[in-house]
Amino acid sequence: MMGYVSYLSFFLTLALIYGIATMGLNMQWGFTGLFNAGVVGFFAIGGYAYAIVIGPDRPDLVGGFELPFVIGLLGALAFSALAALIVGLATMRLRSHYLAISTFGIALTIQLVALNFESLTAGNLGLIGLGRPLEDAFDTPLGFNLFYLGLMVVATLVVYGALQLILHSPWGRVLRAIREDEEAAISLGKNVSRFRLEAFVIGCSLMGLAGAFYVGSIGYISPFDFLPIVTFQIWTMLILGGSGNNRGAILGAIVVWGVWTSSGWLISTVLPPAWQVRGAASQVILIGLILVLTLLYRPRGLIGERVTVSSGAKLNDR
Amino acid sequence: MGQLIADGILTGAVLSLGAIGVTLTLGILRFANFSHSELVTWGGYFALTFIAFAGTSAETFGPLSFGWSFVGAIIIAGIATAGLALLVDALVFSRLRKRRAAEMTLVFASFGVALLLRHIIVLIFGPHAVYYTGTLQFAVEVLPGVRVMPDQILVLVLTLLFVLGLHLTLKFSRLGIAMRASAESPDLARVHGVDVRVVIRWTWAIGGGLAAAAGVFYGLTVQLRPEIGFALLLPLFTAALLGGSGSVYGAVIGGLIIGLSESLSVLIIPTGYKQAVPFLILLLILYLRPRGLFGDVAK
Repeated sequence: MMGYVSYLSFFLTLALIYGIATMGLNMQWGFTGLFNAGVVGFFAIGGYAYAIVIGPDRPDLVGGFELPFVIGLLGALAFSALAALIVGLATMRLRSHYLAISTFGIALTIQLVALNFESLTAGNLGLIGLGRPLEDAFDTPLGFNLFYLGLMVVATLVVYGALQLILHSPWGRVLRAIREDEEAAISLGKNVSRFRLEAFVIGCSLMGLAGAFYVGSIGYISPFDFLPIVTFQIWTMLILGGSGNNRGAILGAIVVWGVWTSSGWLISTVLPPAWQVRGAASQVILIGLILVLTLLYRPRGLIGERVTVSSGAKLNDR
Repeated sequence: MGQLIADGILTGAVLSLGAIGVTLTLGILRFANFSHSELVTWGGYFALTFIAFAGTSAETFGPLSFGWSFVGAIIIAGIATAGLALLVDALVFSRLRKRRAAEMTLVFASFGVALLLRHIIVLIFGPHAVYYTGTLQFAVEVLPGVRVMPDQILVLVLTLLFVLGLHLTLKFSRLGIAMRASAESPDLARVHGVDVRVVIRWTWAIGGGLAAAAGVFYGLTVQLRPEIGFALLLPLFTAALLGGSGSVYGAVIGGLIIGLSESLSVLIIPTGYKQAVPFLILLLILYLRPRGLFGDVAK
């Protein structure tokens, strides 16, 4: 019984962490129409930045500053924002597919750095023994899991509240104006590429923050936690949940992570070892199908964006 | 050094064939198709399937590692991959076009399609690297210190022939003129009686066929793996953007430049970072010359 509770709280913790990253993506795609094909790259930067800031001192490695948890989170935010700036400054003035390709490229590059820059990231061995926040205060794993879940609930609520606040401010309305009609926004005197860059950087920092929370929950980091499939998972979470709606982003994260973990469990228990790789492939195919089918048949997702119409306008065939 | 240049040109030839398809979809269908490089993988595996059924011919052509069955395999792979590209268009992209979905929705759908195509390969063929033949080939010294396989020389010659063929088609045939017109302005082309649907179909078929050739050549000179498409995605797009989207010659030159710089990069950076070279070039293009070498539209 306690095992189930412990597992369920761990499951929900990860789902909420992905939910934070999905809200970051929602800021970019759902509200501004920016296509980020390298979500996992920013997730990884956040994770590594956090690990290097808080990790124990290692004589043979750069980093390991043993700083507190909160400083680690700030480091994650700062470094993922910096990476976003490098890509963003190059692409925001251009047609949107340039951003898609560059973000894909930076994610690939970050993976290579994680694998090859051994004096910083310890290569494919990963950094272990990072310690988890307040871990010693709990006698049982269950206690820690519940504490961390509580922390993630608070973090999710804070991120959600902050995003609702800025997205419904004049700044957020400009983002949606850009998404709907870029030229109209320009003609109103809005500096479109600047707004885009801001939305892109904020979104990427949220992905970095999620990466830091992820590493904080498991206590180690390895390049194999940041495979390209994570990008697809987070995208599917957003599209299924309903792009343009942050509650949809959180819901999508929980549903898709549920589908992913339960199908993974099913495959590992039902299929013989020789078929495991093919089973893993069908797990990805399942995610891909959810993504494409939602796009084709329910573009609004489970709970899509609320249709907003200015007062006085007539509602026609909505 | 000489050897690195030779290897770079060979990689570049394969990249060029793939990048042509990317640049055609960018120019004519007006979206960045992230699933294009998966067609390269599928082309390679279609040929593998054909060889598995037809058997490898006992007789090989002179110093080459294959015989007649391989010629059949290239042709079948080209046709099958073109068919696959058309099928994907009918199932996904044409529906989105009909709904007048935004350009980025198409890009995004192509992401999902790429994921599906890649993992269906794993599902059918398994994750391991495979080869067309077990024949061992001896490299010949073409220049002092530069050794290449006879197969590689053939790949280079065939690539040149394909590019030349495409050039002549685009330049002189009615279809080619219609394709160029649609790339420039779909509406004007339609007014002049061009059936844009036919143009779109041929764009997929040509892009798919050339992707298949790239896949077969890659499989022949390197090996076949399900991740070929994923590994080629960034180099192909960088080649297409470097050349200027919509420009076939640009794609060819872009492919060669990317192939050469990847190959020569090992002189200055550790081999582990080789895959990041296209990304660095991409960033440079975006900062310095976003329309590419031969592109004409600024945005």
